Amino acid sequence: MDTALHADLSEQTANQRTPILVVRNLNVTFANDNGGLRALQEISFSVFQQEFVCVLGPSGSGKSTLLRLLAGLLVPSQGELLYYGKPLSEARYSVGFVFQRANLMPWRTVLQNVSLPLELQQLPIATAIARAREMLELVGLQSFESALPRDLSGGMAQRVAIARALVHDPDLLLMDEPFGSLDALTRERMGAELLRIWQARRKTVIMVTHSISEALFLADRVLVLSHRPGRLQLDLPVSFDRPRQEDIRYSPAFGEMARRLRRAIAGP
Amino acid sequence: MALPRYSVILVLSAGLLVWQLVAGWSGLPPFILPSPLQVWGRAVLAWEDGSLLRHSLVTLSEVLAGLALGVGLALALGYLLAKSITFERVLSPYIIASQAIPIVAIAPLLVIWFGPGMLSKILICALIVFFPVLVNTIVGLRSVPEELQELMRSLRSTRWQMIRYLEIPSTLPVFLGGLRIGATLSVIGAVVGEFAGADRGLGFLISVGRGSYDTALVFVAVFTLIGMALALYGVVLWLEARLLSWRQRPDQPTLILGEE
Ligand SMILES: Nc1ncnc2c1ncn2[C@@H]1O[C@H](COP(=O)(O)OP(=O)(O)O)[C@@H](O)[C@H]1O
Ligand SMILES: [Mg+2]
Repeated sequence: MDTALHADLSEQTANQRTPILVVRNLNVTFANDNGGLRALQEISFSVFQQEFVCVLGPSGSGKSTLLRLLAGLLVPSQGELLYYGKPLSEARYSVGFVFQRANLMPWRTVLQNVSLPLELQQLPIATAIARAREMLELVGLQSFESALPRDLSGGMAQRVAIARALVHDPDLLLMDEPFGSLDALTRERMGAELLRIWQARRKTVIMVTHSISEALFLADRVLVLSHRPGRLQLDLPVSFDRPRQEDIRYSPAFGEMARRLRRAIAGP
Repeated sequence: MALPRYSVILVLSAGLLVWQLVAGWSGLPPFILPSPLQVWGRAVLAWEDGSLLRHSLVTLSEVLAGLALGVGLALALGYLLAKSITFERVLSPYIIASQAIPIVAIAPLLVIWFGPGMLSKILICALIVFFPVLVNTIVGLRSVPEELQELMRSLRSTRWQMIRYLEIPSTLPVFLGGLRIGATLSVIGAVVGEFAGADRGLGFLISVGRGSYDTALVFVAVFTLIGMALALYGVVLWLEARLLSWRQRPDQPTLILGEE
């Protein structure tokens, strides 16, 4: 009993020590007419299991490129990308991807959109539908399951997209400015909601955002990329207690960190 | 929506009435201009002796087989051309040049090569259907949203899943637009083929009617062909209504533009 508990504990600490993702000396150059466009330069960082990482940076700094690399949609020009020590191209890991626009299939109902990842994994359709329903409940849209995407507001569509990204229980949740197209109020509500979902599911999350306060409110760590070519400018741990309350936004520590982030984004 | 349907019937009846009056007053002999009533009488006769149905079925089979063949080829080649720039570069000059060949001119050749039976008509139908469906298939496949392709790839979809879950549904509206044009063209294809040499079909019936001064029979065949083309068009519209119900309907759908 005692040893079992001990083993359990040491496994947990081991989990926290072995990173789920290691990014080492990453360089990405896109081909173009004058010698190639350098998008990312010498990026190195690690992500640990169940960590919530936010990525900030001016536009064109390669944030989307970074996410597409991690999703396996793009291969780096140079450098290493490891999933539990294995190169991404060989590792078997699943991702959930949330795009800036909800990116739903207009011919599928809300429920069918959410069940898509499970159908692609060839789960029996009844199981897929049942799990998709659970996810819709989690994002509070169960009564819209047979609606079509064209009938949803921006915030609702983005919630469907989040449900779709989580339904197959992915190893990695990647989000590219998921709330970028929403108004400020909806955006804050969605942030709080995302936190609630993350609290329930404890995914490893990497999320690109433009909002400093959103990053600080959500993340365990914030990475800042510099102006093009994107270099890692700052890797800032954020250690507010969880579950987080709205009022941390007004604490002095929050303000101090926001200042540091703003300086890092503006560049040296 | 009651108004258009009502007005169609109204215009049709008015047209028939004018035709009947012109045929009566002009004093033209029936072998030049038969009256609608004479055409109707001839249709009843052709129906009763079974010839109308027999020839219609021949033409309909040619049309459907040609349509299936042409659409099948256009889909297969369209997929290749949409996916491969090299393929498109190499093949598209010939495909476009093939459109410059007047179908009426090569129909006799096809009849010489493939005989006066149904095969040559099917090939002519397929040829005429091929191009519009091909173009629309390529346009549709090329406009599959990039972001949805990335979504599918991030979910590790296979090539076949990409086709089934994304490319087919996303291309369907444009493809059906091409099919709508192809469906009516294929009726023309069958008739052109039958004119070039046949012993069956509605085109053949027109030749027979013309040769024996049975102009009413020519009218019967022509109206049957129109009905056939309209029915095919209607089937495609029905398919669109069923398969594309997810798209926003316009306030005033029209037949020509469909429910785009
Ligand atoms: N597929 C691509 N081909 C060529 N250039 C690209 C491609 N994707 C991104 N880029 C370029 O790389 C740079 C970084 O882009 P991106 O990662 O989208 O930045 P961010 O998301 O931070 O705004 C930009 O200058 C962009 O134009
Ligand atoms: Mg971006």
